[in-house]
Amino acid sequence: MMKAYSLFKKDWQSELRTRYAINALAMFILVTISVILFSIGQEKISEYLTGGLLWVVIFFSAMSGLSRAFVSEEERGTTMTLQFIASPSTVFNGKLIFNLVLVFLMNIAITLLFIILFESFAIKDWSLFLFAFLLGNIGIAVSSTIIAAIISKASAKGTLYPVLSFPILLPLILTLLELTKFAIDGETISDSLVELAVLFSYDIIMLTASYLLFDFIWKD
Amino acid sequence: MNNYSLKLDKVTKIFGRRLIFNEIDFEFYPGKIYGLAGQNGSGKSTLSKIISGIISPTKGKVNHMLDNKIIPSEKLHDIIGFVSPYLVLYDEFTAEENLVHFAKIRGAVYNETQADKLFGDFNLFDRKNDLLKTYSSGMKQRMKYLFALLHNPYLLLLDEPTSNLDKAGKDKVYEIIRDESKSKCIIIASNESSDLELCGEIIQIENYK
Repeated sequence: MMKAYSLFKKDWQSELRTRYAINALAMFILVTISVILFSIGQEKISEYLTGGLLWVVIFFSAMSGLSRAFVSEEERGTTMTLQFIASPSTVFNGKLIFNLVLVFLMNIAITLLFIILFESFAIKDWSLFLFAFLLGNIGIAVSSTIIAAIISKASAKGTLYPVLSFPILLPLILTLLELTKFAIDGETISDSLVELAVLFSYDIIMLTASYLLFDFIWKD
Repeated sequence: MNNYSLKLDKVTKIFGRRLIFNEIDFEFYPGKIYGLAGQNGSGKSTLSKIISGIISPTKGKVNHMLDNKIIPSEKLHDIIGFVSPYLVLYDEFTAEENLVHFAKIRGAVYNETQADKLFGDFNLFDRKNDLLKTYSSGMKQRMKYLFALLHNPYLLLLDEPTSNLDKAGKDKVYEIIRDESKSKCIIIASNESSDLELCGEIIQIENYK
């Protein structure tokens, strides 16, 4: 695990110097939220719709930035260096930690902006929302990491990422939308155990499938 | 001298329908320099990548042995030093940062004394804190030797070892190859006659079609 952490540190230091993903993500978040604000104008939108818009912004932001973990290595030609010096599990774990940090930072920023800018973003049960948010972010990070690994080997990287991500992330986003609706309605964690179990199962399945698949994707 | 050896057992590689090489059988031992020769596209780099564990052979086995025990594939990077045009270092880091990151990702301790000695040997000591993007192609090639030698490997795998190097750079590399060959197994994949002159035994890849 220390090797994976070292790989994460290398990626993080590289990201701070190149701003490969952070700039793209920050610009995407600002532009998307601004477009939503301009298009709403003075209209009052429902709480459910605001909750839905939050996850739409999160989904498309993930599309714009999270593929970079592997694509940047492929574009710089450093993939083979990593294949040589680290085992596939070290690479996957390192990239997963990087995407987890990025997803959490990105989604906390988006949620804070929604709280500040949208009056109708009124969560009544924060514990349920935060629990769903935690499991949802893990799911997004795991799925994005394995999809990024797959598309980094393809020639049409830009278009393939959203195309592959949509069917894989759809069950996760639909469950998160449902749980956000429950949190807005004031339902508690114990009222939403089925949806939370679906979310938890999704994370476990994606994590297991990713570990099983990654060796085949990473090694030619 | 260590008890390392490398055995290629009927190693075959096919890309799609194209046979690159067929049933290469060979054994490599420390204390000797081996050459992989052949025209462009004959499969020298492919065989180097197979030996390094980066890609798998279509058929056959590559066994790295230490004290008659097979070294598991996840440990290969600890025992191989690889110089190749396909191994690219990180431009956004300094030369030393690259080596520190690689050592830590390998799970090894960064040996600063050994690194400084190698920086000195390859005339890069004064530039070790400069970003790699400011390096010339020849300096980057010399950096690859530091990357390959820092962890003191048993096998030194050199694919196009003198590309981008000037006369002085080549002479330095030849001196280090001769020196390292006293204790290590060295494999050179090259077309350059001056590189192959160092080798005690040469495998002609075209003979395995």
